[in-house]
Formats: sequence, C-alpha cells, structure tokens
Amino acid sequence: MADNSISNGNRIAPPATHDLTSALRTHGGLIALFLILAFNAAFTPNFLQVQTLFVNISQVATIAIVAIGMTFVIATAGIDLSVGAVMALAGALAPLIFQSEFGAAYPALGIAAAFAVPLAVAALCGLFNGVLVSVLNVQPIIATLILFISGRGIAQVLTNGNLQTFSNPYFSYLGTGKVLGLPFQGWLALALAGMAFWIVTRTTFGRYLLAVGGNERAARLAGAPVRKVKIGAYMICAFLSGIAGLIVVAINSASDAARNGNLMELDAIAAAVVGGALLQGGRAPIFGAVLGAVIIQLVKYTLLANGVEDEVALIAKALIIVLAVYIQQARKE
Amino acid sequence: MQVLLSMNGIDKAFSGVPALRQARLDVAAGEVHALIGQNGAGKSTLIKILTGVYKKDGGDIAFDGRAREISSPGGAQAAGIATIYQELNLVPLRSVTENVVMGFEPRRLGLFVDWPEAHRRTREILSRFGIKIDVTAPLGTYSTAIQQLVAIARAVSLDANLVIMDEPTSSLDDREVEVLFGVVRELRNSGVSVLYVSHFLDELFRICDRVTTMRDGRTVSVRTIKDTTKLELIADMLGREVEEIETAGMTDLGGGEKQLGDVLLEADGLATDRRLFDFSLSVRRGEIVGLGGLLGSGRTEAARALFGVDAISQGEIRLKGEPWKPGTPSDAIRNRIGMLSEDRKAEGIVPDMSVRENMTLALLPALTRNGRIETQRERALVEQFIKALGIKSANMDQPIRELSGGNQQKVLLARWLATEPEILILDEPTRGVDVGAKLEIQAIIRDYVDRGFGVVLISSEFEELVEGADTIVVLQDGYSVTTLQNPGITEDALVSAIAHHHGTGPA
Repeated sequence: MADNSISNGNRIAPPATHDLTSALRTHGGLIALFLILAFNAAFTPNFLQVQTLFVNISQVATIAIVAIGMTFVIATAGIDLSVGAVMALAGALAPLIFQSEFGAAYPALGIAAAFAVPLAVAALCGLFNGVLVSVLNVQPIIATLILFISGRGIAQVLTNGNLQTFSNPYFSYLGTGKVLGLPFQGWLALALAGMAFWIVTRTTFGRYLLAVGGNERAARLAGAPVRKVKIGAYMICAFLSGIAGLIVVAINSASDAARNGNLMELDAIAAAVVGGALLQGGRAPIFGAVLGAVIIQLVKYTLLANGVEDEVALIAKALIIVLAVYIQQARKE
Repeated sequence: MQVLLSMNGIDKAFSGVPALRQARLDVAAGEVHALIGQNGAGKSTLIKILTGVYKKDGGDIAFDGRAREISSPGGAQAAGIATIYQELNLVPLRSVTENVVMGFEPRRLGLFVDWPEAHRRTREILSRFGIKIDVTAPLGTYSTAIQQLVAIARAVSLDANLVIMDEPTSSLDDREVEVLFGVVRELRNSGVSVLYVSHFLDELFRICDRVTTMRDGRTVSVRTIKDTTKLELIADMLGREVEEIETAGMTDLGGGEKQLGDVLLEADGLATDRRLFDFSLSVRRGEIVGLGGLLGSGRTEAARALFGVDAISQGEIRLKGEPWKPGTPSDAIRNRIGMLSEDRKAEGIVPDMSVRENMTLALLPALTRNGRIETQRERALVEQFIKALGIKSANMDQPIRELSGGNQQKVLLARWLATEPEILILDEPTRGVDVGAKLEIQAIIRDYVDRGFGVVLISSEFEELVEGADTIVVLQDGYSVTTLQNPGITEDALVSAIAHHHGTGPA
C-alpha cells in the first residue's frame, strides 16, 4: 500500500538474502504504523478508546487531504509551501459568507456559497502557483512562498485579525458529523484518496503527471501538455487545501486566520515523503501519503498523550522525515 | 601466455530470466582483450560480476593465480581490478592531483598531506602517458578525454593489474581517441591487462590482441584479432554465417521498392533562433530524406523546427500542400508527424515508467475516452507492437530502464509508429544500439516507408544515409547547401558534399 504508483507495479524480485531490508523498504510505513499502535496500546492511557479514535481521525483527515494534494505537486518535481495559507484563506472566507446578510436571507444558498466560493478561491491560488511555476518558470519553492506569506495575510485582513466564531449546524457537519459512527471528514478523506488514486492510475492526466515528473523533456516531445499538467497539479493541491481549511473551521466552529493550517505545509510534505513520494518527481503514491499522514498524526498524539512537550514533538517529526528520506535513498539503488 | 583472469561457467539470472549461462572469459597478463556482443548479450552483467556489483549464481573466478570471491566494488579494487566507467566517478571541482591521490595521499608526520610530493607523483604518473597538464587546476576545467585519462592514471597508481574500460571512446573526438590508444598501449607495455568493451569494431583491430564475443548470455567465440575479420566478428555476434551477411549488404535500409508518391512535407527557408538559418527540404510518400552534415551543422535543429519544438522565425512549411505552422510537439503529433529524438536518455524514455506506459505516451489522446485511459485497448496495442518489433522484455509492465539500449529504442520507435504518423523524423535512430538491433530498426523503417509514408533521417553513419536515403539534404552551419539524389550517391560524394565549403553566408 505504501507503494502504489502504477509505474512500480512490477519490481524485480529482490534476492532472498535481502528479505528483511527489502521488506522494510516496501512496507516500512506499515511496519512503523504497527509499532506505533503497539506502543500506544501498551503504554498510552486510554488509547484503546473510541474517543481516541475519533480525535485522531478528525485530526488526520486534514493532514491526509492536504498530503494527497501535495503528492500531486511533488509528482511533478515541485513543492507547494502555500497549502497552510490557502487553508487559512478558505477557512476565513466561509464564515464571512454564511454569516453575511445574503447568507442570513438565503440560508441554503449561503451554505452552498460558503463551500463553493472558498474552494474556487483556493483553486485560483493553485492557478496562480501553477502559472508562476510552469509559464514563468519560477522555482516552485519561491513561487509558492509568495502565497505562503501573503495568503495568510489576506485571510487576516479579511477578518480584521479577529477570531470569527459561529454556530451553524449545517456547516459544522463537515467537522463534527458522523457517518456509520465515524467522523464524516475521515470518510471524506478516504473518498478523496480514492478519487485521487483513480486520477493517477486511470486517467490521461495522471499518466502525463508521472511522465512530466519522470522526464519532462521526453514528455513534452511526446506531446504531453506539460504546462497544463503542472497547473492542474497545483490547482488540485490548492483545492484540497481549501477543503482541509473548511474542515478545520467546521471542527472548531470558529475561524482563526492566524492559526488555521499553521505549519501544515511541513506535515503534508512529511506525510507525502513518508508515503514514498520522490522529491525529484515521477511518483504519486496516494495511499502512501494517507498512511504517512496517519503516522505523522499518531506520533504527534503519542508524544502529546504521554506528556512530551510540543516542541519535542517537532523534533520527533523531523526524525521521521530523516528516516523516510534514508529509506527512500536505499530504495533507489 | 600467463593467465591473469579466468572466469568459468558463470551463471546469473534476474528474477528467473537468465542473463548469463555458463559464460567464460580469459584475459592474459599484459594483453588488451576486447569484449563484444549485442546489447543484452551479457557483457555488462559479466563485468558487473567481475567488479563485485552483482553476485554470481554459479561459476568460478580466478584472478592473479588465486580463486576469488569478489563481493563488492571495493573488493575488486583491492584485488587489483580497476574500472573506468562511462560516467566518471571523479570530483570535477577538485584539482587533478587530489583526484589522482584521493584516499592515498602522501603524508608528512602521518598527519599533513604532503602536497608538493602529491603533485610530483601525479605529474610523474600522467607523464608516463604523455600528458602534461597543470595538476593543480580543477579537474572539471579539462576535457572529457583528459578526465578519462586521469581516471586511468588513478587506477594505475593504485597498482591495478586489470583495467576495465567500458565504451571509453564514445564521447571522445578523433585526436583524443589517439591519446587514449597511446595510454592503452602504454598500459600493455608495462604489463597491465586491459578489458576493452566497445561497439566500434574498427577500434578493436587497432589496439586489441584478442576478442571474446558473447551472445544471449553465452561466450560464443574467442578469437585472435590478427587472424580474424570484422565480418567474422559481426557473424559471431549475430549468430549468422559470414556469407549470409556479405550478400545482405551492411545495412537493412536499402532494397525497397522505389515508388515515390505525392509531396507530404515541404519546408522553405526555415530559420529558428537555434543556429538554423536557411533550411529547405521536401519529403514525398515512400521517400527517406536523409540529412547529412557534421556535428553542429543544424540537422537536429532542422528536425526540431519541423516538429514544433523550436519556434520558427522565418520561412514556411507546407503539409500536404497546405501552409502549416507547428506550434508545439503535440500540434505536430495531431498532424501525424512523429519525432524520435537524438538523446534517448534525456529526451526519450521516462525511466521509471513501464514499457507499456512509455510506448503509449504519444498515443494517449487517442486512447482516452472522457479523460480515462482505455486500458484494454492499450494492452492489446502494446502486445501487438512488442511482437511486431521483437522487443525483449520480461513483460510490458517492466520499467523501461531495465531494458537494453536497443530494446529501449524499439519501444520509442513503437511509441511513434503507434500514432500512425505520415511523417517520421528519426534523429540518429540506431546510435548506441548493437548491430542486431540496428538491422532490425532499419528494417522497421524500411517497412514503414514502403507503406507510403515519409521519413526524415538523421544519421552520423554515412553508410546508413548512402544506402538508405532516396535523397540527402546536406547541411552546413545552419544552411541546407545541396541535395544529393539516389541512386548514384556514394560515401565519397556525401563526404565531399559535407566537407566542401559552399560559402553560403548571410548576405
């Protein structure tokens, strides 16, 4: 599951003597997940409670959704630093819309617009990033730095820097609703992952995505619409970030432009890399990114639940990234 | 004759597919021994076993009079086997001296590197090969040839008994090749053996003593160069009889029915910003139009202009009589033009993608319905091309990087044939592939042309152009200067057309 990019469907079987290391490489994510779960079951108080499950699902959903988007961008050998800022922007817009006079007058339309407009704005942010990268040839890290800085600024200007609280059961369903007893956003994340997987493995766009990341010049000469593919990847990433931003706002019944999505870019990149995405492009393991998100979230939770401070948790996250990159390097041989 | 290296009964299989079957290789002390064979014959696998990159499944290796188990590249180096790779493993930003003595620096008081001594030693080693350069300058400031020689010098300074050279001349010009040959002879004179892998058979006759030929993972012949001919070696590699090849001619491009039809593509006075100033040609149905010229004469640039890679700043193109301005490659593909690019690695394959995905990359728009790829049709089509072109791969989902060069090239050729183009631009279609694959690729091109399509062929091999092309457009410095017509073109005529200065400068 950690390695589901279609180009790797058929690896040459590794020699028998390397069973352990190769198992670690291909299933490292799952093994890590199992170890964390086992540790928690044994040492973390109240870990095996339904409430714990709910908390973790609602937390992991946003990371997973953004990580899926990040995986598209990384597949083109790019990176998107603006995901957290886009979350804040989308999250700031939604309450403004359904709490406006228009939203009060037409509640149904207001809710619809509170979803549609922020997501459209998010997609536009992606368009902006994509055009900078593919048309103007700006380095992805610089191009997305622009919105990384200004996106959150715009969100704070829109809300005058205030925390916007609200109570709107329809909108909050996104963050607090349950389907079959499990949080709605967990199902949403899974559904989005399924769609993303389908796009990568079954569509022309997905094939071009991997080709552009794998060898851009060859892809262009074979007629691939390189610019459109890159712009598409950044738009998908920003759109998914927008969804994650709305979820965070819905969970809290409040929008805080200063905190929504803060440091999300790091979690998303870490999840994608732990999931097997190669920063040089050409690979898009969608479910790997989901697994990576689960691992990142569980590590955070484990440390938190066992009284380790937040700052130390950051260091732990860094160690996970180092480990993931190390395993990736070994994989390439 | 004292035996230095003896590999016997070597077996090796990759995921069940045998790459070597009872292969053997003997190298005598102080000889230059060539190892040849088609791509996929097992040369590189055998060498990688010898240098400890792969582990053999069976067989024995004896080196320098003792049985050896070489399990790592470091182990091979310690045993006295040095390998000069195509891509050099040196540090371009450090000085020549540092590169030569790296890891074995002469020291003073056991602590400080004795640089004067290191420089002196490096100069001495290099001068043995007749190279006098500033050893304190960064290695990267010198040509590839010099860098290669420095790699050899380093190997020799580490007391190697056997130096393996893998396609050493592929990136060298004529003068540099001479220098390299001088070094090889010097190595032999000082008792060092050289294992020489090359596609260029002519070279072998100039510097090798014996030659081992491999085919399909087996060692099929060991010959003394003095007593053999180029034709015999080709016959060994292909597994054919000498007489068979003699009658067939050296290439498989010639011999088609010559029935030229309507004009497919015309270019008139094309210019781009990439050193193409004035280029004209016309391609008719059933015609191969060759582009002749030296390196940098504008052949590749002309191809790129026709395919819409480089923007056209002047001149015009007519496609079946209609004016047409190519904007992008996908534009050209929609108008049923294909282009096999010159650099397979940089511009052809997507290495991590499968044979199937690489083959259908240019065809995707036609395989798509509502954005979805029709997988069944894709698989059927790929299956058909794998069979038709004789592509050797474990299955269609194998990553293309695991295929030999010739097979990769066939996949790329299939990528274009699958789009059913009316015009195919082929930039060096047989470069870097072995003799067998070359003949097959030439036959595929011939077959395609005979079905009434047109080809623009770029080839640095005069043989291929003279025998294959119906018309040759000769380029010089970005200008098409003259057109030769077959029958009647000889290699001499082509060479003189390419070499003769026509004095066409901008007015």
